[in-house]
Amino acid sequence: MKLDRTSCVALVAVIGSAVVLALLNQLTAPGSAVHVPTYVVALAGKYLCFAMLAVSVDLVWGFAGILSLGHAAFFALGGYAMGMYLMRQIGTRGVYGNATLPDFMVFLGWKQLPWYWHGFEWFGFAMLMAVLVPALLALVFGWLAFRSRVTGVYLSIITQALTYALLLAFFRNDMGFGGNNGLTDFKDIVGFNVQADSTRSALLVISALLLGGQLWLARCVVDSRFGKILIAVRDAESRTRFLGYRPESYKLVVWVLSAAMAGVGGALYVPQVGIINPSEFAPGNSIEAVIWVAVGGRGTLVGAILGAILVNFGKTWFTGALPEMWLYALGAMFVFVTLFLPRGVVGLFRGRQQKEPEIEAPAVAAAHEVTG
Amino acid sequence: MTDADTLLYLDGVTVTFDGFRALNALSLVMTKGEMRAVIGPNGAGKTTMMDVITGKTRPDTGKVVFDRDTDLTRLDEPAIAALGIGRKFQKPTVFEPHTVWDNLLLALEGDRGPRFSLFARETAAERRRIEAILETTRLMDHRHKRGADLSHGQKQWLEIGMLLAQEPQLLLVDEPVAGMTDAETEQTAVLLQEINRTRSVVVVEHDMAFVRALGVKVTVLHEGAVLSEGSIDFVSDDPKVIEVYLGR
Repeated sequence: MKLDRTSCVALVAVIGSAVVLALLNQLTAPGSAVHVPTYVVALAGKYLCFAMLAVSVDLVWGFAGILSLGHAAFFALGGYAMGMYLMRQIGTRGVYGNATLPDFMVFLGWKQLPWYWHGFEWFGFAMLMAVLVPALLALVFGWLAFRSRVTGVYLSIITQALTYALLLAFFRNDMGFGGNNGLTDFKDIVGFNVQADSTRSALLVISALLLGGQLWLARCVVDSRFGKILIAVRDAESRTRFLGYRPESYKLVVWVLSAAMAGVGGALYVPQVGIINPSEFAPGNSIEAVIWVAVGGRGTLVGAILGAILVNFGKTWFTGALPEMWLYALGAMFVFVTLFLPRGVVGLFRGRQQKEPEIEAPAVAAAHEVTG
Repeated sequence: MTDADTLLYLDGVTVTFDGFRALNALSLVMTKGEMRAVIGPNGAGKTTMMDVITGKTRPDTGKVVFDRDTDLTRLDEPAIAALGIGRKFQKPTVFEPHTVWDNLLLALEGDRGPRFSLFARETAAERRRIEAILETTRLMDHRHKRGADLSHGQKQWLEIGMLLAQEPQLLLVDEPVAGMTDAETEQTAVLLQEINRTRSVVVVEHDMAFVRALGVKVTVLHEGAVLSEGSIDFVSDDPKVIEVYLGR
């Protein structure tokens, strides 16, 4: 399937910059003027993982009108699947030197591995779970919610409840996911040291490739006839019913796909930041992801990537320079974008070229969804 | 009239909203190929009747039978649409970001499942169907325009076009000429008559001149039940109708 020009540009820019950063990190000496330090590589990799989350949010919010305020839950579940694999790779190198049990289980006095940890020693299985677990949760949640015609604010609230419930559940030591501390102290990923520069560079490039793949996939979906029906559902759900469509099936398909995409982002996020803990389920994270999409431009996909990178770059800078001001800055940015850039940063470039279908300002749209 | 000729049969349909009887034991029979005009003052239950037929509202009591033996009260909107009942709303609702062409494409009779639509390619047969409808609805020149950029009258026509694309056996048309110019109204009457050659049509309308132009059997609703039924001249001379419309 052919991609539109904006997506092509974004694809080339993302993969190109990732490759350049990785090469500059690997091929130049640390003292050199063009050397890219490893922390920058890891940071860039993290942004790209967030961009995957943003694309998945935009897919459901921008094209199906489902304002999910719990998408970070799917991201975190993917992250936990990767974290479990990385824990099993530690083996006897843990503090307690137990070949099977991760440190926290030894600490809790557990004698054997819980059943749901089996299989995670295999990379392939863990990656399958990183996609399947979020998809399955989305399937059950979406099937119940969409079939009962839960929309607007009610749906947004239960997505918040979903991620909050998972937060509380994963905090419990009994869950067997490391409780409060989560999973950390990783050593190897498929035989490579996770801390090594070369591994970090490779992870960055892989993140860029997967993000590119997700953008392509999402574009194909929204440009297909399915995508047109999805937009019809977004704008006039009951009208589609009288045409014989079942909006709930359409929403469910895109919802599950989106959750799986978020899971992939989470799985790549964990080796690059070195830890996964329950705070990733915090309701605020999901709301932040919605802000990235609003800043970049809702319903544009490319805007989601741009927004995620821009806002997170701002966050990195702000939390370094003026840590206590970050939340104010984030709030101000959301208000500014809503008032002055209703179609996000991407809208700035598009406005002059062609008349785009009017998309409501994100906040207005969110308000509509909230008030029904 | 035999059973085989009956397309739609409403029997003692009652709908209550918070104690208000929107439909009060409404009974109505339509034969295949018929065009019927439904008139009545505001609150007579015209739109509620359409809601019941299309599955949007479930009646408290009563039967709604389509095509001899299908009980519509047990089905939801998409299932009823799939049976061949199409509906045009009072306020035209087309898909605004989509072009006229895409609006018709989405309405075309065919597989409505997500799996099909993910991989569907526009076929030559679909293109011919859409072109034919564009001709009928005089929208050929506007096929690349977005729904949002159409005039009010054009939106009404596009919606009728979308109804045609669904290939329904029965069309329910709610106030098709509201907000139209006289010329557009006239053209719409011709269009509906054209459509009626192959399909049954129920038209809900306030515009008496338009109903007269259609020249079909008229049902007058009042307080959720049938007040009078017959030709336009018959019902407009009916003292009960005169009282409801002019009496108070």
